[in-house]
Amino acid sequence: MSALGNIGHRLYAGEVSIDFVGRRKTWYIVSGVILLVAILALLLRGLNLGIEFKGGAEFGVPNATCSIEQARAVAEKQTGGQAIVTQTASGTINVQTEPVTPAQSSVIAGQLGAACGVDKGEIKVQVVGPTWGSEISKKALQGLIAFLILVSIFLSIYFEWRMAVAALVALAHDLVITIGIYALTGLEVTPATVIGLLTILGYSLYDTVVVFDKVRENTKGIAGQSVMTYGEAANLAVNQTLVRSINTSIVALLPVISIIIVGAGLLGAGTLLDLAVALAVGMFAGAYSSIFIATPFLVQLKERQPEMKSLHSRVMARRKQARVVAEGDDLVGDASGAAAAGASTATKTVTTQLDSATRQQPKKQPRSKRK
Amino acid sequence: MAPPPTSKPARLLIALAVLIIGLATWAFWPGTEHTIKLGLDLQGGTQVILQPKPVTEGATITEDQLNQTVAILRQRVDGLGVSEAEVTTQGSGNGAVIVVSVPGVEQDRVVELVKRTALLDFRPVWGVYGPGPVTAAGASPSPSASASGGAASPSPSASAAPSPSASPSGSASAVSTPAPATTGSPSPSPSASAEAAPLVQAKENTPEFQQRLAELDCTNPLNYTGGRPDDPALWLGTCERTGTAKYNLQPAFIKGTNVTNASAQLPQNGVGWVVSLTFDGEGAKALATASTNLTQLPECGAAGANPCNAFAIVLDGVVVSSPRFNEPILGGQAQIEGNFTAEEAKDLANVLKYGALPVTLEPVDITTVSPTVGNDQLRAGILAGLIGLGLVMIYLLFYYRALGFVAVLSLVIAALITYLSLIVLSKTIGLTLTLAGVAGAIVAIGITADSFIVYFERIRDEIREGRSLRVAVDSGWVRARRTLLAADFVSFLAAVVLYLLSVGSVRGFAFMLGLTTIIDVLVAFWFSHPIVVLLGRTQFMQRGSKLTGLDADRLGGHSLAGETQTKSKRRGASQEVSS
Repeated sequence: MSALGNIGHRLYAGEVSIDFVGRRKTWYIVSGVILLVAILALLLRGLNLGIEFKGGAEFGVPNATCSIEQARAVAEKQTGGQAIVTQTASGTINVQTEPVTPAQSSVIAGQLGAACGVDKGEIKVQVVGPTWGSEISKKALQGLIAFLILVSIFLSIYFEWRMAVAALVALAHDLVITIGIYALTGLEVTPATVIGLLTILGYSLYDTVVVFDKVRENTKGIAGQSVMTYGEAANLAVNQTLVRSINTSIVALLPVISIIIVGAGLLGAGTLLDLAVALAVGMFAGAYSSIFIATPFLVQLKERQPEMKSLHSRVMARRKQARVVAEGDDLVGDASGAAAAGASTATKTVTTQLDSATRQQPKKQPRSKRK
Repeated sequence: MAPPPTSKPARLLIALAVLIIGLATWAFWPGTEHTIKLGLDLQGGTQVILQPKPVTEGATITEDQLNQTVAILRQRVDGLGVSEAEVTTQGSGNGAVIVVSVPGVEQDRVVELVKRTALLDFRPVWGVYGPGPVTAAGASPSPSASASGGAASPSPSASAAPSPSASPSGSASAVSTPAPATTGSPSPSPSASAEAAPLVQAKENTPEFQQRLAELDCTNPLNYTGGRPDDPALWLGTCERTGTAKYNLQPAFIKGTNVTNASAQLPQNGVGWVVSLTFDGEGAKALATASTNLTQLPECGAAGANPCNAFAIVLDGVVVSSPRFNEPILGGQAQIEGNFTAEEAKDLANVLKYGALPVTLEPVDITTVSPTVGNDQLRAGILAGLIGLGLVMIYLLFYYRALGFVAVLSLVIAALITYLSLIVLSKTIGLTLTLAGVAGAIVAIGITADSFIVYFERIRDEIREGRSLRVAVDSGWVRARRTLLAADFVSFLAAVVLYLLSVGSVRGFAFMLGLTTIIDVLVAFWFSHPIVVLLGRTQFMQRGSKLTGLDADRLGGHSLAGETQTKSKRRGASQEVSS
């Protein structure tokens, strides 16, 4: 722990710096491969939709004394179609059938109860009409679109549109990966899964907002100096918030993991478990994307701006000059050489920054002038 | 020298204490419920989600129709006598759904109840009387004499049949109606009982039956709102559905299921709207016999006219309309005439067709959970929540030491406020806690804890920049605050949008997420920050021992000895001056 605290400091000071922004191609390739797998899985395997989406009936028989085959026989005899029967660790047998009428479901519940030695009233029954799923999907999609529009507006106002775009790219990244995991593993997609996905929306953006807030702080007035490029300032911001990102992810994942353990151990499949699996995957993806995708992508967008381009060339020119001077004048000349370079590029902040080569944070304005 | 955003931490803490005490008082006020209402997935019961479809293809469902449907369903569900049964709508227009939740009742009964198009039958009228109850003392064996003699009786047949069969087609004979439905609201009876009287039914038109009918108070809304299906094979004594009259009705001669179609029409040569009815073979035969017999009888309302020439359309135990026959109807098609407005005619046609529901209802999701399973789910949810909370607390304490203690306390306070709010919301807006809501609360632990992490990391950043603890606590807050508000706003936005646009379990989750986000902000502003400020003033924290979580070892590291330290101090000092 103390080691992490120590690293926290060194990350903050820039002594230890992971080049998130500069090595963006690596991260893009990593993400690209994962996304490709996710999309392929989605296209080839499709999603295992729960009865809420395709219609059907589900019966949960707690403490069943019958075998899976017996339960299947009962259900298939009544519906004439296939039934999917599973058993959880706690002894509950779940039977899924094709769509049935409420009256039929009552009969099936009664027979399952008789076959499995369980009172009919103890059996959990859910009957979903075939058109209902498209209805909730439509609603969820409407909600998603409305949310994305609103959040884009908010982020554009609070930050700027480039940050909104970068945040949404990261969000899309997280959602595709999460959905891909569902396609790959064949986990059932239920309304709870949808809830999980929608929560990831909020969570992924929340994470990105925290990082971007620091990026904005670090890059305020950056065009007025020539010590560091936008990319470097942004990279420093990511490094500075890294400990927080790690801590937050751990703290957010702990309850979710406890849901998975309790859900799987005690209840078998159910709302809690469906939700938690989606969340766990999405939170991992969200933590990853806010660091490895959102910020590098933002930098790419930003460095297309003319000011940032000229800043980049100024910084590069200055460094080149500093190196030339340093070679001729040894280490002592570093400061004066850089100062000269600073003067030549007509900036005001250089000298105060020079005392630490490792500390590349741009000068902050006096606190009273900060927002 | 310190920036002044929170120079009065004690006041904020007091405000929080007042809030908590207020909530607790509200939650545990004696004589009221002080438990969180549980959803059906946690306490067991049946939930049916119904999708209303407009009666005519392509039409839109109006708010009125939805409300009417909900009212009818509620009436039926209330008839089960389960106190916490609920009927709610989610969404609006054609996308709306109606959710019926009945705890502790078997699926079959609930489905039957909500799916049923109300029970409709046609009964010949034996007598029509004024709506008020006739007390036992003054009752004569013949209720018709005592009641219909009263001047107050707004006899439904009084509003005269307009035409001697104005029917356009030869086959469709006409019936005209005096439809008393719009004659105004009845005056409330001073002695209105709080409970609906039992249905007055008997095998024969006995004096005892007549006596019970005479005592029936048709000015009491509970008695004329219906909702209790009658047995069509028995005699029925009941009220007109606006409470304007009382009827003694013979056993049904046609059942609602014999009606194959009903529609409101405006005949080309007619005076006003009429309701056309088509019957199936059985219904047509019964109608022919009944109409032939009834046309011979005297007009209803006249003294001693028992039985009389009218039939009552009875829906869920109350009279909707009581037309009289103008002539025998032999073709299985009939028209009800009267001074209908377009709306009245359509309503009556709908009643005849669907049994009062202005929309057709399709159960799209029926879920039944036994109390045992519900209880298990609740226990699992609570267990998962406690384990999650415990793990998070341990991690925070381990990593942030003294600050972690603040975080743990904040989580406890947040949990307390959430619990109290849920009780209060259960009471005030009927909020129910579902499994999805429990999941939302568990997820919120992480988001709440993140507020502290952002704040604590900011404090550390400030200290690394060379500020003193006292200053860092405030300046770190100023920056963390902005981040928190922005990030929480995004979460809250997600919750609101989800809540407004979703149905079923998603809504419960979204509500919880929104609630906990607000509580998160509240706790961060009113508890965590003031406490940290107060802590920052203590000797213990300022000495920077290892236990504080802010010691130089963890923040500065060994590499920062000597010159770096002094440099930091210098920079810190210069910034103090400039601020």
